[in-house]
Amino acid sequence: MSSSFIPHPSSFPLLSVRNLKTYFFQDEGTVKAVDGATFDVFPGKTLGIVGESGCGKSVTAQSILRIVDAPGKIVEGEIVLRRADGSEVDVTRLHPDGEEIRAIRGADIGLVFQEPMTSFSPVHTIGNQLVEAVRLHCAVGEKEARQRGVEALRSVGIPKPERRIDEYAFELSGGLRQRAMIAVALSCNPRLLIADEPTTALDVTTQAQILDLLRDLQKQRGMAIMLITHNLGVIAEMADDVVVMYLGRVVEEGSVDDIFHNPKHPYTKALLSSIPSIESTPRIKLPTITGSIPHPYNRPSGCPFYPRCESYMRGTCDATEPALIAVNERQKVSCFLYQK
Amino acid sequence: MNQTNAQILLDVKNLRKFFPIRRGVLQKVVAQVRAVDDVTFYINQGETLSLVGESGCGKTTTARCILRAYDPTAGQVFFRAEDGKVMDVAALPSNQLQPLRRQMQMIFQDPFSSLNPRMTLLDIVGEPLLVHGEKDAHKRTERVAELLRLVGLRPEYMRRYPHAFSGGQRQRIGIARALALNPRLVVADEPVSALDVSVQAQILNLMLELQEKLGLTYLFVAHDLSVVKHISERVAVMYVGRIVEMAPTKELFYQPRHPYTEALMSAVPKPDPRLRSERIVLQGEVADPANPPPGCYFHPRCQYAIDICREKTPVQEEITPRHFVSCHRAKELTLRGVVKK
Repeated sequence: MSSSFIPHPSSFPLLSVRNLKTYFFQDEGTVKAVDGATFDVFPGKTLGIVGESGCGKSVTAQSILRIVDAPGKIVEGEIVLRRADGSEVDVTRLHPDGEEIRAIRGADIGLVFQEPMTSFSPVHTIGNQLVEAVRLHCAVGEKEARQRGVEALRSVGIPKPERRIDEYAFELSGGLRQRAMIAVALSCNPRLLIADEPTTALDVTTQAQILDLLRDLQKQRGMAIMLITHNLGVIAEMADDVVVMYLGRVVEEGSVDDIFHNPKHPYTKALLSSIPSIESTPRIKLPTITGSIPHPYNRPSGCPFYPRCESYMRGTCDATEPALIAVNERQKVSCFLYQK
Repeated sequence: MNQTNAQILLDVKNLRKFFPIRRGVLQKVVAQVRAVDDVTFYINQGETLSLVGESGCGKTTTARCILRAYDPTAGQVFFRAEDGKVMDVAALPSNQLQPLRRQMQMIFQDPFSSLNPRMTLLDIVGEPLLVHGEKDAHKRTERVAELLRLVGLRPEYMRRYPHAFSGGQRQRIGIARALALNPRLVVADEPVSALDVSVQAQILNLMLELQEKLGLTYLFVAHDLSVVKHISERVAVMYVGRIVEMAPTKELFYQPRHPYTEALMSAVPKPDPRLRSERIVLQGEVADPANPPPGCYFHPRCQYAIDICREKTPVQEEITPRHFVSCHRAKELTLRGVVKK
């Protein structure tokens, strides 16, 4: 990439999250679920968000759609969405029940949840739920909506969609249910699909089918995908760019190749070396990360990772929080090792 | 079981477990779910064998039949007790099981629901001791302290309740409880799948360490192939209630002989973006164990299936020493394994 590179209009981010903070105010204290997350999602690309439980990856997704459950609240930051007509909206300023955000949900941003069983209504058919989404966002009649529903099911590879559309969620297997979930999310042609652990509840062979499907659909429609998962294998397989989160903060950001082959942050490095890989030698001692993720009420001061970090510098890491800074053109890291 | 082979600790022969499907007012049995359908394998003393497969393949049911948490429908489970006597666990009346149970213990998947929230660590880890006749409270406390140290927890914590511990620590508590009675066989059912990646490695290391220290034998049940590869000496792959392939770990991963094993391994996403390879994506769905297809259960999804696969059930064959496969074409096919690093 030369320095005279002029960005093509489509390389403007579709979604920009800036210094997002979502806190949960509870009697026992405040849980800072997301504490200053910053990243961009580009059209047609897949952004992987990876982290362990409690790192705030799901709450980030919920914040973007403004579906954070009480007592959670966005206390700071911006989430700027570039709409199809080129206008920009800051989602954080919208009323969570208002017309505007409801028009964005489903139409601009689709969401696929982890657990396909609990995210469908058990008392409505798949068709009911598909048609509902279509009719909410597109001005079409019942017949037309149903036709679109059948098409949506066909596009995600569900066999005999005319029949399946009248079945209930419990009548479908896990893989088919997740396909149906994707069909609902894609029924209004969103430009951004947020997939929150879309394959975690599935078996590996089914997971491979769903990942392939997501990739094909992205190629056909050119949509952006924000893929949230704890599985580094899935990230390596799918993502163009990766954001690594730890305790509500982005600790590292970069292209998928940099993250896996040239990680900078001690947490990213430790995470990568601690996973047993299918290629590694059997029965050797794995390097581990000492300790465990702190309880959210017990958040360490300074850099949240310092109590488990091998490069911990007393007096620096536990005093102030490092900022996310660029270490090269493609990679950003928040660690004092790289601060000048 | 071969009485001369003193190495074998557990020898499972033709194990079957069917669950009836009942319908109607009279609860008539209309069909059977063949959860475990003719499973045969053995585990040597001090060895780790993993049962791997997708959900519903019968791996947990197999483990539970061995512990007699379920009564098997048919088959034998020979277990070599401490005194060298070989007993068929599947055939023992339930009142004679208790002395055997102290020799086979279990580690559960979910460290959150497998520990009673109203009991302290002392009670949780001490309970098996109490059940098996250790009435002296002082001795129990000492043993619990020793066990907690063994799994890397501080003995001072023993008066605390499980809620005070993280997932990884809770799994350590579960392991301490399983080890309380000095078992010879430990059945671990998905012991790390509920844990975060950074904690998984700690627990896997602990299990390897304890095995070395205490000479434990593990039957490890898991769906995650990378974890399985890391911990086991031999691996058995199950599909719809049957073992389709069983071999020493390296051989199974580098030279699989069953098409299902090949597909399963190629489906695992590799944590390296440069290895985005051509995956074998299986079409269709896992067969229904209540209504399995004729012939080989895997044939509707198998890219190598020929006529015989649709008609005849393959039998398990030992094609190279300790490498068992049930596939009609095992000898002629060259399958792709995992890339060696």
